Amino acid sequence: MRVPYLFVVPALLAYGAVVLYPTVAGGYYAFTDWAGRRVAPSVVGLDNFVELLGAPAARAALRNTLVIAASTTVVQTVVGLALALALHSSLRSRHLLRTLFFAPALLPPVIVGFLWQYILTPGGPLNGALAAVGLSSLQQNWLGDASIALASVIGVIVWQNAGLTMVIYLAGLQGVPVELLEAAEIDGANRWQRLRRVTVPLLIPATTIAMSLTLIGSLKLFDQVYVMTGGGPGYATETLSVVMYKEAFVSGRYGYAAAIALVLTMIVFAFALLQLRGLRRFQVDA
Amino acid sequence: MTAATGAAVGRGTVRDAPRRRRGSPLRRLAAELGMIAVALVFLFPFYVFLAVALKTPADLAASPLAFPTDPALQNVADAWSRGDLGQALTSSAVVTGLSVAGLVLLGSTAAYLLARRAQRLSLALYLLFLLGLMIPLQLGMVPLYQLMRDANLLQTYTSLIIFEVGHQLPLVVFLYTGFLRALPREYEEAARVDGAGPLTTFRRIVLPLLRPITGTVVILSSINIWNDFLTPLLYVGGSAQQTLPVAIFAFRGEFASQWQIIFAGMGIAIAPILLVYFLLQKYVIKGFASGIKG
Repeated sequence: MRVPYLFVVPALLAYGAVVLYPTVAGGYYAFTDWAGRRVAPSVVGLDNFVELLGAPAARAALRNTLVIAASTTVVQTVVGLALALALHSSLRSRHLLRTLFFAPALLPPVIVGFLWQYILTPGGPLNGALAAVGLSSLQQNWLGDASIALASVIGVIVWQNAGLTMVIYLAGLQGVPVELLEAAEIDGANRWQRLRRVTVPLLIPATTIAMSLTLIGSLKLFDQVYVMTGGGPGYATETLSVVMYKEAFVSGRYGYAAAIALVLTMIVFAFALLQLRGLRRFQVDA
Repeated sequence: MTAATGAAVGRGTVRDAPRRRRGSPLRRLAAELGMIAVALVFLFPFYVFLAVALKTPADLAASPLAFPTDPALQNVADAWSRGDLGQALTSSAVVTGLSVAGLVLLGSTAAYLLARRAQRLSLALYLLFLLGLMIPLQLGMVPLYQLMRDANLLQTYTSLIIFEVGHQLPLVVFLYTGFLRALPREYEEAARVDGAGPLTTFRRIVLPLLRPITGTVVILSSINIWNDFLTPLLYVGGSAQQTLPVAIFAFRGEFASQWQIIFAGMGIAIAPILLVYFLLQKYVIKGFASGIKG
């Protein structure tokens, strides 16, 4: 039986109106000086992109976006894998701990942002806790000091999403046959060698999924940064999404904002293609 | 804000680890206590959350880290009335509920075609939908905002529902299509032999078979929509239609440093999510373990 194409029409209309048309329109406006609805925009070629490369805010945002994406992806993957390995075990508390470690991933990013904004204030709970355990020397102005604000933001993102990476790895660990690990053990492989040579290679599909989710998500990062630092201090935590939002909805420079968004889109696509190629290669080898 | 995955982990469940008890009892105890210690550090923010939300301003100033001796539920009552959070809770529930209903309807019907027609056109449409998993919403943000403004839809639930349906569709289409491709066609063919048309077949046969994946769709898209912030801020910020994250954002501006009120309001906003999570945790974790998050 042939399903009529009519079945896809409502979805296509919604998707077209909300995603496809606006995205294509935005791509066009990136090459214009559009600044509002009354003045007709004129095409200015690559002017917006030239300005972007010279503007301190946009340059900082570009750099920070890449730093956040790279470090979040690496740290979250390592932390998530460590948690999964620890909880894929016979610990009595494993069910409870899985539930708890995953919980932050479900919370609204805005709320996580405010929660940590408070925790990280100079007189706040983190510095208080450090003092309480005799580590006063580690106290920082976590979000106010330009040299560590970005690291603080990355820490918050990892705290929120490490549990997501963990559950992806826990699902992946179901596919690691116990027999294989036992065989390796009989062959004299120690705990580290079994992890390195058996478990981790079998987790490559889970790793690819976890890493692409983290990478794409952190490239688009907006909510937590916007509510915690607004991009500051200075441009220390500015991201492309945040600068784009400010240029569009504070300064009303729609064309320039669209150019920033187009750069972000190109970066996301470039990484996605790279990962797709990486995944293909792996599948051929396997 | 959506991303996805391959089917490698598939709909893998987080089952139990093989129950092999290794090492001496002492060593196992050390491992157990070690993980619990890690968890306690990890949960410190939740402790702060409760400690602040339940303290009077004087208590908070005197001993920021101590647990409230005399829980001040007044904060919760204050946040509720002064932030008009009842209204925001209603808005979030309406927008999330109607958007998810729309997503199930549009996503499942679209996926039925995309999974059952092996033609170049349907494959191209499928890939077009998947593209939406990557496209950052920033690029279309201003044009879509203008569209909504020109249609006089700003500050209405309708604008948000339309947005959320369109925005979450790639994920939903991806989930349904993957599931349908693995579903045998025998039942549908039997229905056809009995003279059922495509619509009847879909409604009577296919939709009930989709129930497991519909559960995943409902969980994932509810959480994504409930937590969404940027677009709701643009469309309904400052109006009576604002959703919880937007209301909390406004709340933070209004009560600048009255953290106990802000935290109490945040507690109201996350209580429904945590409640559903602890009731349905097996399904929630399973849904996310298939490797998708908005």
